[in-house]
Amino acid sequence: MNESNHMRRIVIAWLVLSVIATPIVAFVIGPNLPPGEGSGASAGQVFDNQILLAIVTPIAAFMIVYFGYSLRTFRQDGEEAGEGVAIRGDSRVQTWWLAITTVIVLFLAIFGTAELADAGSGGGQGPDPVYGPTKGTALPIQVIGQQWEFTYRFPSFGGFETPHLELPAGREIEFNVTSLDVIHSFWAPQLGVKADANPGVNNIAFVRPEEERDFEIRCSELCGLWHGYMFDTGKVVSNAAFLAWIHRQQKVFGPVSKRLPNYQTHYFPEPERRGG
Amino acid sequence: MSETTAARPQWRRFVGFNLLSGVVLLIVGFYFGWWLGHQIHAESLEFIEDTNQNDVALMLGYLFAVIGFLIGLGFANYPLARMLGKERSHHANEEGGRERYFGLCTDHKVVGIQYLFGIGLFFFIAGMNAMLIRAELLRPSPQLIPAGSYLTLVSLHGTMMMGMMTSGVLGPFANYFVPLMIGARRMAFPRVESLTFWLLMAAGVILMSTIFFGGFPTGWTGYAPLNVQANWGYDSYIFFFALVGLSMTLLGLNLIATIITMRAPGLSWGRLPMFCWGAFSTSILMVLAAPVLIAVLLMVGFDRAVQTSFFIPSAGGSNYLFENLFWFFGHPEVYVLALPGFGILLELVPVFARKPLWGYRVGVAGMLGVMLLSFFVWQHHLFVSGINASLRPFYMFSTEAISIPTGLVFLCGMATLWRGRIRFTVPMLFCLAWFLNFFIGGASGVFLSDVPSDVATHGSFFVMAHFHYTIMGGLVFTFFAAIYYWVPKMFGMELNEKLGKVHFWMMFIAFNSTFAPLFALGLMGMPRRVVTYAARFQPLNIWVSVSAFVIGASMLVFLANVVYSLVFVRKRAAANPWDSKSLEWQTPTPVPAYNFERPPVIDADPYDYGTPPARPRPAGPAEAPAGAG
Repeated sequence: MNESNHMRRIVIAWLVLSVIATPIVAFVIGPNLPPGEGSGASAGQVFDNQILLAIVTPIAAFMIVYFGYSLRTFRQDGEEAGEGVAIRGDSRVQTWWLAITTVIVLFLAIFGTAELADAGSGGGQGPDPVYGPTKGTALPIQVIGQQWEFTYRFPSFGGFETPHLELPAGREIEFNVTSLDVIHSFWAPQLGVKADANPGVNNIAFVRPEEERDFEIRCSELCGLWHGYMFDTGKVVSNAAFLAWIHRQQKVFGPVSKRLPNYQTHYFPEPERRGG
Repeated sequence: MSETTAARPQWRRFVGFNLLSGVVLLIVGFYFGWWLGHQIHAESLEFIEDTNQNDVALMLGYLFAVIGFLIGLGFANYPLARMLGKERSHHANEEGGRERYFGLCTDHKVVGIQYLFGIGLFFFIAGMNAMLIRAELLRPSPQLIPAGSYLTLVSLHGTMMMGMMTSGVLGPFANYFVPLMIGARRMAFPRVESLTFWLLMAAGVILMSTIFFGGFPTGWTGYAPLNVQANWGYDSYIFFFALVGLSMTLLGLNLIATIITMRAPGLSWGRLPMFCWGAFSTSILMVLAAPVLIAVLLMVGFDRAVQTSFFIPSAGGSNYLFENLFWFFGHPEVYVLALPGFGILLELVPVFARKPLWGYRVGVAGMLGVMLLSFFVWQHHLFVSGINASLRPFYMFSTEAISIPTGLVFLCGMATLWRGRIRFTVPMLFCLAWFLNFFIGGASGVFLSDVPSDVATHGSFFVMAHFHYTIMGGLVFTFFAAIYYWVPKMFGMELNEKLGKVHFWMMFIAFNSTFAPLFALGLMGMPRRVVTYAARFQPLNIWVSVSAFVIGASMLVFLANVVYSLVFVRKRAAANPWDSKSLEWQTPTPVPAYNFERPPVIDADPYDYGTPPARPRPAGPAEAPAGAG
């Protein structure tokens, strides 16, 4: 059998497989991926994963078809020692290959940048965020990581500090993440927000929770002995319920918070002590 | 010296400069440094009183232990003799029996086998750590191993695998086969070659000694300021990685010098075997990246021992400085792990497809492209760290751009299969598995390079699955391919093929069944390096653990195969069992002391397989013969 027959078969099998598999992956599996539609950021992450999967599927289909076909067709039968066909290259194939991979890479980079421009996709952007809502419109909440707990301060409500977290639905939130000791990472998977907590640095991440729900909070940067236990749950509630919750928290934690240092974007703790 | 060995009584074989005296001087050196460290007092070291952890003493102990070990092995003899004006051969222990393997030897073939067993030992220990980690993760809360020991296990597994396996392919196989493949009689710097091995062994012992000092909880990345806070067990991490860095740099320099200057007549760059290209590009990475690691670890050592504050934020330092420097080394490092695998893949596929390598220059361009680009991507490890958000689109692009040269390596390997006569031998099976594994690893890497997608998966099991697919699926699979392929040359005996196939299928299936579910776990929100996890993740974690134990069992099959084939059966291998045209298979087995009586003359590249195509190829610029470069 000659070269073009092999190629025709592979192309047909690849087209069939891709046409069947790509829509299934893109429209059935894709939208149901974690982290879900809990916030604008997490919905954006799901969309990115959906597009990337849709691009990877035909490539994977090509790999499957190519290897399935070649390993079956070009295998050596029996014991007789045969030799393959001495082809040392083909400049058309390599040009096309290079062109296709380059186009895919350029598309991915432009697509990813465009998606990133949507409020930084929930990632920590440091003290001067590049992407995000108009300055001053978001509700600032400070997240303080310390071994081994996250606490939260609400500067627009007098700067009191609480170990619990509730968020109002439908409002842009500005997390100001910092740490008192080592690096932690504030991760709320269902909201699609993740920002490292660095000592002496204010790391800002934006997120807009859409629906009332519970969400998990985990530390996702190794921070010492009890890193595995540094988790909690939070709640997204309606705006009215949020204000009521703030009021209750102020009552409980307000008096204690008076003894804390004044609200700052970051704190300089004592030098490190050996331990843990 | 060696001429009189035969006349000596048996016990005299243990006296002299060998492993035994090395270990003795290692212990002496350690206690000398320990004692010296305790004599040092200063105001700023008063924290030692509080914690009873004298980092200065421990670090000096390690330092003098390494110096003692090297003197005991005989590394000081030649320089000292020359300094005193004596004539002395720079060859050491090149003749003789088994004792060559237990000391300084300048024969590259002995060093290759030393590496194979040395690396194998630490690979086994680090693998056992992984088994313990998976045993613990059978349940959502710790039952078997307390949190502190768990973190030490995770850190040891990661550090040992990353540190030791950097030389996992180059150590045994490049040292042994690069001189044979380029028609040289030895490496450019034979004493340095031996030094790289013994430095690595000293490093491994120092890393293991961390269990006497409480371990360290930082993972293999050892981020500041956690590393300043960590127990003195972390000092062994510093010494381990700095010695590995030194060993890598020297190995890289040695290989570069060898490949540039010692090629046989006629072996132009366009005929250099692909494995040598892999070793060459890896060596450039090692030489440029590893010194950064040594520097950053020195800084951490000073931070910990004498309270400088490079990385302590509350004293004016920056933890970002550590992250940047570490990943400036760390990202090239992961390609130091991947590139030798590319080299082995492209070396072996033509042999078993019975075809010339398709697009020699495409493959070389792929490897050199990966090498070059890998220096420009390191901040993708810091996408959520808060550093320089405006550079994220650039690092996203540069990271995705690495898939272009990687794609060329895929093209080169895949097209070599086209219209070949593929022989499904054990080494070929491991190479074919590489394509699937590295494809999954690479595709998941594209997800991680996309910033929005990375925010969801950064620091989760998704990342863990990704780098196991690239490093274990890419490097360890080709490592085994290389073992099955070259053992008949190295030992003159062949490994059992049936057991080899059992090993392959067990490992391949269990590997995918272990790491594929981890992508799902990471996406659903399970972070790395945690001893507890949400109860809803338990079923998948049990599945993963059981699969991981099957990987462990497949390693036992491999060990059984080695013992069975090389100790009991000892079946003599054919001179060229794979019908390879590569130069190393044209030498007699066992390879004589200086490889070639006279330099071989090379007149083609080593991939001259196959019958010419039946009809002229269609129009278009013909690919120049690979020898033309």
